[in-house]
Amino acid sequence: MAGQTAIGLNHYLMLSGILFTIGMFGVLTRRNAIAVLMSTELMFNAANIALVAFSRFVTPAALTGQMIAMFIIVVAAAEATVALAIVLLIYRSFKGINVDRINFMKW
Amino acid sequence: MLYNAWIIPALPLAAFALIVFFTHRNRAVSAALSIGAILIGFVYAIPVLFQLIHNHGPHEFYFTWLDFGTWHLQIGMLLDPLTAVMLMVVTIVSSCVQIYSLGYMHGDPRFSRYFAYLSLFTFSMLGLVLSNNFAMIFIFWELVGLTSYLLIGFWFEKKSASDAGKKAFITTRTGDLGFIIGILLTFYACGTLNFGEVFTKIETGIFAGGLLTAAGIFLFCGAVGKSAQFPLHVWLPDAMEGPTPVSALIHAATMVAAGVYLVARILTVYLASETAGMVVAVIGITTSLIAASIGLVQNDIKRVLAYSTVSQLGYMIMALGLGSFTAGTFHLMTHAFFKALLFLAAGSVIHAVHTNDMQEMGGLGRKMKITAVTMFIASFSIAGIFPLSGFWSKDEIVAATMGHPVFMVLALGVAFMTAFYMFRLCFLTFTGTPRDPHKFDHAHESPRTMTYPLLFLAFLSVFAGWVGIPWLPHGYSSFVYHGEPHHAAFHFDIAGISLLVGLSGIALAYLMYYRRSISPDKVAERFRPLYTLLYHKYYFDELYDAVIVRPLYAICDFWFWFDQHIIDGLVNGAATLTLWWSIAKNWFDVKVVDGAVNGAAYTIRGTGSILRFAQTGRLQNYALIIFAGVILIWFLR
Amino acid sequence: MTDVSLTSVTFYILSFCIIAGGIFTVSSRNLFHSAVFLVFTLFSVAGMFVMLNAYLLAAIQVLIYVGAVAMLMIFGVMLTTQLTNVRLRHVNEQAWPALAVCGFFLAFIVYGLWDTPFQVVKADAPVNTSHALGTLLMTKYVLPFEVVSLLLLAALVGAVVIAKKD
Repeated sequence: MAGQTAIGLNHYLMLSGILFTIGMFGVLTRRNAIAVLMSTELMFNAANIALVAFSRFVTPAALTGQMIAMFIIVVAAAEATVALAIVLLIYRSFKGINVDRINFMKW
Repeated sequence: MLYNAWIIPALPLAAFALIVFFTHRNRAVSAALSIGAILIGFVYAIPVLFQLIHNHGPHEFYFTWLDFGTWHLQIGMLLDPLTAVMLMVVTIVSSCVQIYSLGYMHGDPRFSRYFAYLSLFTFSMLGLVLSNNFAMIFIFWELVGLTSYLLIGFWFEKKSASDAGKKAFITTRTGDLGFIIGILLTFYACGTLNFGEVFTKIETGIFAGGLLTAAGIFLFCGAVGKSAQFPLHVWLPDAMEGPTPVSALIHAATMVAAGVYLVARILTVYLASETAGMVVAVIGITTSLIAASIGLVQNDIKRVLAYSTVSQLGYMIMALGLGSFTAGTFHLMTHAFFKALLFLAAGSVIHAVHTNDMQEMGGLGRKMKITAVTMFIASFSIAGIFPLSGFWSKDEIVAATMGHPVFMVLALGVAFMTAFYMFRLCFLTFTGTPRDPHKFDHAHESPRTMTYPLLFLAFLSVFAGWVGIPWLPHGYSSFVYHGEPHHAAFHFDIAGISLLVGLSGIALAYLMYYRRSISPDKVAERFRPLYTLLYHKYYFDELYDAVIVRPLYAICDFWFWFDQHIIDGLVNGAATLTLWWSIAKNWFDVKVVDGAVNGAAYTIRGTGSILRFAQTGRLQNYALIIFAGVILIWFLR
Repeated sequence: MTDVSLTSVTFYILSFCIIAGGIFTVSSRNLFHSAVFLVFTLFSVAGMFVMLNAYLLAAIQVLIYVGAVAMLMIFGVMLTTQLTNVRLRHVNEQAWPALAVCGFFLAFIVYGLWDTPFQVVKADAPVNTSHALGTLLMTKYVLPFEVVSLLLLAALVGAVVIAKKD
């Protein structure tokens, strides 16, 4: 096992993977739309962790990963905004935001 | 002049064509065309005759119709004394009959067609006597048969008439089969069909022996059919269904004479082959006897005359078979005249009393003088009474039998019977008390168009035969001969016996039917079985019916059954099989093919109806599937 | 666990917080609890950034993610309260298949990343990351910077347009 003695890149990557999987589970499973959004935030964060870890260990001087992570944060914020606006709209129409019920593209 | 003799048959043919295509609506013009054609032919035939008297010939003119390389088919004329005699006979009798028909057929709805047929017949007969080769004579032979059929069945609405026409045609056709075989044998032996060349080959012995005999017999079959010899004589009595002038022309004087003419023309064959000649002679005398015996007891006036014709033809055939060219043809000529006269006179009687049955006649002599007188004249002639025509010709025939005693006895027997039945006919018809007063009252003499021919023919019946009087330096026998001209010898003893025989026949008839000294009924009673046999014509018709006609019908019925059941069965069976096959295919198509197609559709629909549940419309389901897919790809990689 | 230095202990504590927070976020029946746990998770992630010498990023994480996004989530939760009984399921019917898929997914990630030799560089990160990041933002990444600002504008306008009552 590489990097066993000190916390290395692999540790951070494992963490990132676990967090991502947890977020994925939430996306696939939660019935409430906002809960799904929260799970996607988790996934974004997992990605951020991985990127920053890479930046620290592979290109410490260039700070590329951090840059990207920053942009991710910004875009995620914008996306959350719009998503919530849509959720509000749906809530107004259907008096409920169970994603189960939003199945108008079904057979 | 001789070169243009083909005009003689061409004129009636032209008349036929014109009547058929243009003038058949106009009776007068049609009749005029027909009679005109034949009269002109007669007029033209006279100089032909004189030219041939001057130069016996034979003169032959022909052109090649079809060339087959090794032989060629000719259309041509053969002119010799026999031809001249036949031309005269045919044109004279035909003219008389056509003029007579103006009166007899007056008012008939198919008047024009009648004259058209007569013209066609005359053309055919004249063409026949002018032919120079077997093929051509056969063509005209058949044409003559055709027109005979048409004329016998002229009143075809009557079933008996149309049946008689068929019978005549079929019976003569049977004879023609033999004729064709004879022609083929001749061609096989000689390589040519021209008369002259064939005779040359016979005389030089190339065509001889068994082949010649066989050919001769087969060729004679044609004559047997056409001249109504035994055993093909059964059609002639039935042919009396036709109009009487037709009977006079065709079945007394000309068509039936064609057979005699044929035998005469090819006499070389029968002179060269003793066997064939004897066959001919035997059939001739047999026919003569049978017919004369039947004629003794018939009641229909035309039937008596018909059997008389058959009998006299047999006489001629016999004479030819025994080798006497002169006797046979001489009797042909005289017989044509007096038999035509007899028929026309009979027609006159029938026209007057509207019946053929002699038992309903009687005493008509008082009402129909001309008819009666001419008929008696003809009867004397046929009985062979001196000095009428018939005496001279019959004497020649009896003379021809001199080397054959059996023939002579039988010939004299026939002469006796001939005389008897002819005078029986005359006495029953013209003398005595009328047996049917009603008919008697309506009887009247015929119009002039009918009586003038009778008179003319009576004249000929007396004098036409005088050309054959043996003491003439240039008589018949020096004109018409075979081989060398000869002067006929006159045998007083033979002549005397035949005259006696004729007179005794007349005497018997006189006693039975004029004086009524011997009752005909008692005679009939005494010889009842014989009488019945004769009355029913030796049951020939019944025999033929049973042996030939019925089996033929049975065969036809069988083939009909075969066609209906087996052939149609096969066809229907094939149709049924096709139908079953198509039903099977239909079943296959509906169940299997459509089943497959529909099944595919159902399957797809079923699968779709199951698979559609994948379209839940829910995002999270889709996301799950996507990730599951990613994992699957990982697995597989 | 052979290394018991401060770094590793901190790492393990922080990672535990993150993972626990994440699990509770996705599996909490009460939506508001989920939101709170999300905040907790986000804070922990910020701490992780500090460990990775990404100081500015950690600050940004707290400011934006916790301060804005999570607040937004909580607002959303509040505004869309559903007046139903609480006994509704909070997970849909495909929970177990999703669990299986996620398990496999994690297994693959782990398996893939474990032995991959990344080119690790033993160097130090710049201490003043703010300065460095700011400089980069204005030089190398100026284009994405401008584009993102446009994006933010669009998101702003879009959110307003979508959500306004008409």
